Amino acid sequence: MKAPPFKYARAETLDDALGVLVSHGDEARVIAGGQSLMPMMNMRVANPGVLVDINRLDALRGISLSGGVLRIGALTRHCEVLASQDVARAAPLLALAMPHVAHVAIRNRGTFGGSLALADPAAEIPAVCLALGARLHLQSPRGTRIVPAGEFFIDLYMTALEPDEILVAAEIDAAEGAERAAFDEMSRRHGDYAIVGTCVQATVSEGVFADVRIAQLGVGTTPKFAARAAGAIEGRRLESATIKMACDALMDDIDPSDDLVMSAATRRYLAGVQLGRVLARLAA
Amino acid sequence: MHEPAETVTIDLTVNGERVTRGVAVRQHLADFLRGELGFTGTHLGCEHGVCGACTVNLDGRLVRSCLVLAVQADGCAVETIEGAGGREAMRLLQAEFHKHNAAQCGFCTPAMLLTAAALVEQQAVPSREEIRGHLSGNLCRCTGYQAIVDAVEAACVAHAAPGESHS
Repeated sequence: MKAPPFKYARAETLDDALGVLVSHGDEARVIAGGQSLMPMMNMRVANPGVLVDINRLDALRGISLSGGVLRIGALTRHCEVLASQDVARAAPLLALAMPHVAHVAIRNRGTFGGSLALADPAAEIPAVCLALGARLHLQSPRGTRIVPAGEFFIDLYMTALEPDEILVAAEIDAAEGAERAAFDEMSRRHGDYAIVGTCVQATVSEGVFADVRIAQLGVGTTPKFAARAAGAIEGRRLESATIKMACDALMDDIDPSDDLVMSAATRRYLAGVQLGRVLARLAA
Repeated sequence: MHEPAETVTIDLTVNGERVTRGVAVRQHLADFLRGELGFTGTHLGCEHGVCGACTVNLDGRLVRSCLVLAVQADGCAVETIEGAGGREAMRLLQAEFHKHNAAQCGFCTPAMLLTAAALVEQQAVPSREEIRGHLSGNLCRCTGYQAIVDAVEAACVAHAAPGESHS
């Protein structure tokens, strides 16, 4: 359980880090909090030739809320997101999900951008960003490009990040007050990766749900945006028949597979039950 | 910035003492603390961040020392269980762990104590649910959680109301 040999460089500036990525190409890997990369290296699932450490890049750290946009720097630790009043105010769905992210010692080290860049399909932050339509800022020596979360998660642990790009921040449009959000997750132990998790946000006016956004984690090779389930609710009141329609529609949105924990059929069933419960909570 | 290298000299503070050492960059902090410095109270259970037995403080924050490279602690202050004895929270926790028989085989105990000390020092007395949540990243392989939660709860009460508890 020791990492294989590699070379290490600590970046003092973002340009330093980008320079290492350019000169070492595919062989290089960025380490931020390292709370997933380190276990992967210790288990020799990941074997980078060069590790470039961005932990001292304070410019990538911090949360700001201005002009109706919440910006979370990639190096912001989970504990900081969890404690942020700006997050609680501007992204209630994220605030509901954060207590499910890992355990104290991991939260002190793990980063917002690291979770996105790893793209574990059972992680909370990627699914929340997908539900909220977050815009991810990717920087390379060629400049900065902004990729919507919906185009960022490509496949299992595969994202739109090019080998010479670093995720520097995520931006989320701030909630305006009429939004209602709910999050639920089933895991073997609180803080562990989810078996199934559900994110829902909608604007509710006189009981009618609009701008419904649903995403699930643990139900495929990426976090899944449940457009059909959301469509079943859009413009309607959340009555039990509507909830059932959404749960039925969900089955075409998700694509779980068998794994060591349970079968695809069980996971599919649980995903439907969980969406039903989350929607019933929002209807109450 | 230095060029990528396989060995680096690091300069850090461990339990209040300055340490300068050359390290292989692949060495994690737990192996450095145990193997190079002899602080074997930092235990290694899983080496992939699940068991929590290697928890130490890095610049005052709890971290898994198997998920931090020794080279990443350059310039930082590390506290292991060996250096935590002077904290008031630790004195209270030691007394309550003794009283409640909360250390069984002892493997998880150093990290359990360091993790609990952060909670005790938060002043407000947490609920049992909050204590369990705070300790959720630390596995006790004897499954002795009931006694551990009892002890941590008692230490939190004693810390919040000094002089009222005489354990």
